[in-house]
Amino acid sequence: MKTIIVVGNGMVGYKFCEKIAAKEESENFKIIVFGEEPRPAYDRVHLSEFFENQDAKALEMAPAEWYTENNIDLIVGELVSDINREEKTITTVKNREFSYDYLVLATGSSAFVPPIKGVEKDGVFVYRTIEDLEGMLAYAAKLKEKNPNAKAAVLGGGLLGLEAGKAVMDMGLEPHIVEFAPKLMPRQLDSRSSQVLRLKLESIGLNIHLSKATNQILGDKAITGMEFGEDDVLDVEMLVVSAGIRPRDELGKSSGLAMGTRGGIVVDNKMQTSDPNIYAIGEIALYNQMIYGLVAPGYDMAGVAVDQIIGNTKTLMPDEIDMSTKLKLIGVDVASFGEPFMPASKGHSIIFENKTQHLYKRINVSLDGKTLLGGILVGDATDYSMLHQIYLNGMAIPEDPAQLILPATEGGGSFGDVMDLPDEAQICSCENVTKGQICGTIESGESKDLADVVGCTKAGTGCGGCKPMVKDLTEATLKSLGIEVKDTVCEHFDLNRQDLYKIIQVKGYKTFNEVLDNHGNGGHGCELCKPVVASLMASINADTANKEYAIQDSNDRFLANIQRNGTYSVVPRVPGGEITPDKLIALGEIAKKYDLYTKVTGGVRIDLFGATLNQLPLIWKDLIDHGFESGHAYGKSLRTVKTCVGSTWCRYGMDESVSFGIELENRYRGIRAPHKIKGGVSGCIRECAEARGKDFGLIAVEGGWNLYLGGNGGATPRHAELFAEQIDNKTVIKYIDRYLMLYMRTAKPLQRTAAWQERLEGGLDYLKEVIIEDKLGIAEDLENEMQTLVNKFECEWTQAINDPEMMKRFNHFVNSEEEDDNLVFVPLREQKMPEKWI
Amino acid sequence: MNIVSDKYKTVKPEDVTVWFKAAPITVFPKDGGACVKYKDLQIAVFNFERLNTWYACQNLSPEKQEMVLSRGMIGDHKGTPMVACPLHKKIFSLENGENLNGDLEAIATYPIKIESDFVYVGFEE
Repeated sequence: MKTIIVVGNGMVGYKFCEKIAAKEESENFKIIVFGEEPRPAYDRVHLSEFFENQDAKALEMAPAEWYTENNIDLIVGELVSDINREEKTITTVKNREFSYDYLVLATGSSAFVPPIKGVEKDGVFVYRTIEDLEGMLAYAAKLKEKNPNAKAAVLGGGLLGLEAGKAVMDMGLEPHIVEFAPKLMPRQLDSRSSQVLRLKLESIGLNIHLSKATNQILGDKAITGMEFGEDDVLDVEMLVVSAGIRPRDELGKSSGLAMGTRGGIVVDNKMQTSDPNIYAIGEIALYNQMIYGLVAPGYDMAGVAVDQIIGNTKTLMPDEIDMSTKLKLIGVDVASFGEPFMPASKGHSIIFENKTQHLYKRINVSLDGKTLLGGILVGDATDYSMLHQIYLNGMAIPEDPAQLILPATEGGGSFGDVMDLPDEAQICSCENVTKGQICGTIESGESKDLADVVGCTKAGTGCGGCKPMVKDLTEATLKSLGIEVKDTVCEHFDLNRQDLYKIIQVKGYKTFNEVLDNHGNGGHGCELCKPVVASLMASINADTANKEYAIQDSNDRFLANIQRNGTYSVVPRVPGGEITPDKLIALGEIAKKYDLYTKVTGGVRIDLFGATLNQLPLIWKDLIDHGFESGHAYGKSLRTVKTCVGSTWCRYGMDESVSFGIELENRYRGIRAPHKIKGGVSGCIRECAEARGKDFGLIAVEGGWNLYLGGNGGATPRHAELFAEQIDNKTVIKYIDRYLMLYMRTAKPLQRTAAWQERLEGGLDYLKEVIIEDKLGIAEDLENEMQTLVNKFECEWTQAINDPEMMKRFNHFVNSEEEDDNLVFVPLREQKMPEKWI
Repeated sequence: MNIVSDKYKTVKPEDVTVWFKAAPITVFPKDGGACVKYKDLQIAVFNFERLNTWYACQNLSPEKQEMVLSRGMIGDHKGTPMVACPLHKKIFSLENGENLNGDLEAIATYPIKIESDFVYVGFEE
């Protein structure tokens, strides 16, 4: 048995282990991996996510047990200090010695800190490891205590620097990016795209300083500023250096391996160093005179080294390495592929720029106009996957290449079908998965759906950028095999929501079991179909969530929103956001009595957090005694109708937005829908209620209301579309009744009005025909159905607290009066919050 | 970490030494669950009426260490009876505790018996 020692347990070192463990030949090797950091390999590419959840485990590539299960010895927290090539041994800082037959160096790189005077001062950090981030967080917290408006700078406007800028901003410090070059991301972007990106980042709140050379870091012990020129100083109390990387090649140097003049261990296309028993992969490997600072080439190198060591000597590193990259930077799409910059002698560039929308697209086309050489996308990179494929595979491009980047016009995108790609087209570059492999696993019957494809091929499990393409390919392949891509609710029904709606309505079912027994597949339901049926029962029979509480989504079961530590938040209805002083006082007193955290919500209500399950009925009894009613903040139902002040008090108001908002909220309260619904009513065109961001929105204009439909916030915000102009209150209600009912009848589960409206065949014109002109002759039915729901409204909480049977649902234990003893709260700004998730 | 979850260990029917008389069957919702306290343990008990079977498991969700599983929805996943955690819809087999849609550690499961309309949970002491 031969021994392989891997030095370095970063992403590439781990990938070497994963790839060799997957080979049968791995049985012939003993593998030992050394990691200098205290934890197993983690996903450094997504390091900034650590700031969002502070969950180091979530970034882990594989847990420590994975190594044991695969017979790999993982030794963390121990630096390898020496290589003896004669004896084929390595020594660690703990003075332990290990022999190897093959040595794989994957020590990666460290942050490059330029030799600026004062750079050693307190408050100067690098952005590289979880420990670096933890250090920054602690320092920032102390700064904020002393000075809530503290500023921090990031030195370096490259990829990682901008990520660090976002991190600094998230810590609540005023962020400044300082870049030596005259543009951001100098290696990926041209000046114009850099300028577009700059405008976008500034609009988010980052301060950008270009063409700045830092002379020295000011301050006594800790940093107080950066000096660029004599009178050019930036006062900052923290600095994150992100000015590039340096290969950690000390072991190569000390053991006399061939090195590059500017560092890096020289390797050939077998990833072998000048010593044939030693391989180097990842960011210490100098291949073709280049250090490749992306994870995908590092993974490829790991694969080559594995194959070489186990004897598949034909696997070689390709001469040219694709450095294309797409990422979401602070919520902004940025991508570059092929040759992003190109001399005019080589081809033509086609550029589309829209600074008002922070959009920039550039493609470079060969002189004969036949091939795509590269390009840059900023602001919208949805076309990246396809453009990248066209580039990689040398596919034919349209006669007018501008079509490739012009905004999609009527009739959809300008691209061909994903199925036109050649089989060898690499879809997932992180895991090296081709179109042929994806389609093959479906054609062979091994995979039956997207989840199977991901499981079999690992496509999409790296950076995730290829996920939409993997989905398209999966669906197209299934379709080509004559397999219907079902739009069913879940595995328990061969029906979609719309079919279930009709069945329940026609057959008059009253329970979930009736529906499942008569129309299911013989299973017992699940967390997907149960809430759908519950919602349909509510829409059709006006059942409240109390009727069959065990099939309700967990929030509806307890009529409150389950929050981070398993406690609940309580949100009573405050129609239109109007509330009397007495009611306000009542809310405050109730919150005090039960020690609840209080916050004004984004939808003009007051949220009370931290209620335990058994407190819910007590709190609600108090609220109902003070005239409040269930707010349905937990349900897929109408949340709020947000209003501005309107002509009630506002000196600009054209109409009474508050009165009408309250009327609408009371009309639609309690109705269950495929997703939550929000409304907004603005008293004038200043639009203080943000009505166009809502499912239905009204703006008062001369002569009536303008009605907007199908907007929403959330992950993909969308403005509502103008549906009707200058209509009166009665017509508004008529149209909204019809609109909501049509949506409730036909949308998919958890589909919001925006997505539903977007995919509606015929679009807005069709909606107008159905709702305004009554083309289908169903307008009256829709109105009647809505009126039934409106008439049957009952407050669920009043129902619950008046029924001793229902109240039993809210005990934490069924055999004890005690409460959950697992809850821990920590103080926060004179209130409380749950302790951090581990 | 996982200080709490160490308290929960699967008990096999043949290893039961204590049958804890938990509560009458009427306090458990049909095709749903509720939580039982036994010493310092929280046990989720499910009345899977469609299968005419009762199940018990730890109430602790291993994902974020919250005491919530008894409040989850139950059903089956490809034929395996399961409970879905109400926080992020991770699903666990009620038969052996396995996480069916992720890599979380398995949850502990406990034997149940019904005698004279009372639910008993089996523990190993």
